[in-house]
Amino acid sequence: MPGRKSDLFFIVVALGAAAFGLMIAHAQHRNENAGHGLKEKAMLVERLGLTDLCLFTDARYARHPSMADLHTAFQDSPMSVEHFPSGTLILPPPHLRPR
Amino acid sequence: MSLLERHRNIIDFALSSLGRRWKKNLALTLVYAFIVFTLASVIFFTEALKREARAVLRGSPEIVVQRLAAGRHDLIPAGYIDTLKKITGVSQVKGRLWGYYYEPSTGANYTVVASGDPLLAPGTIAVGHGVSRTLNAAEGDLIPLKGTDGAYVSFEVARVFSHASELVSADLIEMPAADLRALFGIPEGYYTDLTLKVRNEKEMVVVADKIRLLLPDSRPILRDEILRTYDAIFDWRSGLLLVIFAGAVAAFIIFAWDKATSLSMEERREMGVLKAVGWETSEVIAMKSWEGVIISLTAFFGGTLLAYVHVFFSSSLLFEPVLKGWSVLYPRFQLVPHIDPYQVLALFFLTVVPYTVATVIPSWNAATVDPDSIMRL
Repeated sequence: MPGRKSDLFFIVVALGAAAFGLMIAHAQHRNENAGHGLKEKAMLVERLGLTDLCLFTDARYARHPSMADLHTAFQDSPMSVEHFPSGTLILPPPHLRPR
Repeated sequence: MSLLERHRNIIDFALSSLGRRWKKNLALTLVYAFIVFTLASVIFFTEALKREARAVLRGSPEIVVQRLAAGRHDLIPAGYIDTLKKITGVSQVKGRLWGYYYEPSTGANYTVVASGDPLLAPGTIAVGHGVSRTLNAAEGDLIPLKGTDGAYVSFEVARVFSHASELVSADLIEMPAADLRALFGIPEGYYTDLTLKVRNEKEMVVVADKIRLLLPDSRPILRDEILRTYDAIFDWRSGLLLVIFAGAVAAFIIFAWDKATSLSMEERREMGVLKAVGWETSEVIAMKSWEGVIISLTAFFGGTLLAYVHVFFSSSLLFEPVLKGWSVLYPRFQLVPHIDPYQVLALFFLTVVPYTVATVIPSWNAATVDPDSIMRL
């Protein structure tokens, strides 16, 4: 029987699945074409000896988390507690944490 | 009647039933889709960022050696280079000059690095897009920077790093080593830290141990540790993810709990009528399950697809205020999408299945009661 509500449901599910397929295909396509951009960043990292991504620029231990040590978050003054928002979002690097 | 035809009839009825309470169900689907959207956005964003960090930082120095004085990172004497060169397995030792510059007029922090190869001409700098944006400076413009003596020195912008490299270069100012020394007052014979190349990658840990023995005031950081830093930062236990995840999961639990413990009077009466007109208990439960599946599938598809658009087309617009914190300079970057089928499946089973189960439990309770007593409620 045409025009049943269940048909609409199946169409919506099929459309959702198709959109998922498109999403995966798009991700694949972008991945294949991302080589140039990634290479450019990797070359800059190698040329300047960079160690970190530029994600947070408010605190130095968040700008270069891999270069931070356990004291950096508290070294602005003897009584200073960690106060940068980015500092609350990231953990210390794994090499500083007890294993 | 075939099983398929029977379930199609049940779906027809379930959709009509949902349509009768369309306002409530629409609100429910929107809230549900928003929770899926939040979780999927976090998963897409962190996974793409971790992959990008691994791909880009593969070229970072194999070992970085820092000097610590009284618990603080200190300048390292150039004399340490000769000591490190003597370690078996070390093929190259170079001094790195870099630091931070706070620009009071904009309130932005920049990372200043000494020029790599090819070298910049004295008095010229290369800047990241973020620096160019905050200072409104383009190629050929002069940027005055305040030196340690308080005097301003103007540098000509020789080039601006490409927009595509913002994730690593947004806040960078590259300048000749001599200019950097003069600007920050770093005397000759000292570096910010040292970088090492090792002949055999497998020997890096051994070399690091030797560095600690030979130079007890130093701290070696291995490339592997640098790479693992970003896996740890965007690990689900990290602050960023825990805050967002905990909020979304708590909302979902409340949402599913509410669904599991309550069935409106109208819904109960409907089930009583269905049973009175001859529906089997299993058919009533199947109808309620389909209602759950319809709502959760719609929310799952909608939430996940919106999350993909949010992270990979709008550069994670909603996460920007969270990541920005107090930063004046924030990189504008577009991540390379990556979808891990395992994570999408995990998201599916963590959202669709609990909701559907939560819908079935109260329906089971209501459907097994005598229809007459339900209709008299």
